Amino acid sequence: MLTLDCEFRRGDFHLRARTEIADGVTGICGPSGCGKSTLLALLAGLLRPQAGRIRFADELLADGDTIFVPAWRRHFGLVFQDGQLFPHLSVRANLLYGYRRRAPEARRFELPGVLELLEIAPLLERRPGQLSGGERQRVALGRALLYSPRLLLLDEPLSALDERLKQQILPFLKRVKDETRIPMIYVTHMISEVEYLADRVLPMERGELTNHAA
Amino acid sequence: MLTPDELTAVWLSAKVALSATLLCLPLGIAVSWLLARRRFPGKVLLDVLVQLPMVLPPVVPGYLLLVVLGTQGVVGAWLLERFGITLAFTWKGAVLASAVMAFPLMVQPVRLAFGMIDRRLEQAATTLGATPWRAFFTVTLPLAVPGIIAGAVLCFSRSLGEFGATMAFVGNIPGETRTLPLAIYTYMHVPGGEAPSQRLAWLSIAIAFVALLAAHGISRRAERLLGYRSHADP
Repeated sequence: MLTLDCEFRRGDFHLRARTEIADGVTGICGPSGCGKSTLLALLAGLLRPQAGRIRFADELLADGDTIFVPAWRRHFGLVFQDGQLFPHLSVRANLLYGYRRRAPEARRFELPGVLELLEIAPLLERRPGQLSGGERQRVALGRALLYSPRLLLLDEPLSALDERLKQQILPFLKRVKDETRIPMIYVTHMISEVEYLADRVLPMERGELTNHAA
Repeated sequence: MLTPDELTAVWLSAKVALSATLLCLPLGIAVSWLLARRRFPGKVLLDVLVQLPMVLPPVVPGYLLLVVLGTQGVVGAWLLERFGITLAFTWKGAVLASAVMAFPLMVQPVRLAFGMIDRRLEQAATTLGATPWRAFFTVTLPLAVPGIIAGAVLCFSRSLGEFGATMAFVGNIPGETRTLPLAIYTYMHVPGGEAPSQRLAWLSIAIAFVALLAAHGISRRAERLLGYRSHADP
């Protein structure tokens, strides 16, 4: 359970989020420029809200000027739109980057299981530059999973792919949802992408995220 | 082929240039990163200060070094009294003079390299549990390696050729501060010095040529390892 009541400003842009997000897969849908990526950056700990709180389960992640848990201590996974794989490392080293930084007792997944789940075993020794767009996103997803995240944040993970590839990746996301039960927040401007996956979809517009139903 | 005096000048040059490069590397990386990635008060001033030796007549930094770090200088006198270190008219002073003059050439390519790295790669590293320091050492720094190599080679080559600042700060002492360019200059002013000046001049050209070729090869290899693609026409 994620509880948000926070504000973030940069220049003319103003983001206000006031909502509770239950476990499962939550889609956040809105036009480009509405602040979806900023919201994810706030959740991931890459940006700091100027006011208000962010709470995950019973842990306070941000509270005004007093509390701010940085990205590297949140144990959330973030999958970027274009993967952002480390170009100087092999696929294997990319996959294990977060895994190695997680305490052994906190690890929930091992490499073989994730390779099988995402069907990326044949890519292990390649470099990110030698991967197709769809392969890259699967590796990015695997890298986030191997970090055993408490929450998985997906920032338009399919928008760089064509329709055919989207249809290929969606089943993998569904599999991740069903088999890992990690809560996910999936941000997109295409509601069709997330309907298939999400337990609920929240609309976001002009920097406003509120859940009237809650 | 070379007389002992000439050989001494060559080895001294190599020692000075290598030391100057090693001195510039950590500082150059730190300053380049600050200039590429941070906003802070006085940034423009730091930028100008770093580039200054490149546009000044080289004697001027040499003269300033002598004023500040000479045995009579404010810092120089203190260094001598406190630690017994003398820089003026020693090979260590030659290293410092070369380093000051070559520093801008180190900073430019390294700064460019840092500027070209997508910051979201570093963000990806921190969302995978890496502290900012670790993200720097595992992502940013390795990706900047081709730029750092280019900077180091430019720095080394510039140090080999250092003349004006060296002459002003540490003089032209055989075996101590008479590097290749100073040796060539000296031979040009003594009767019968044409042959040694020519030999040393050719040697300088050869060293510079090999250094640039080596740098080209190393950075091509580094780029390949880092997954860069060439944008040049095939």
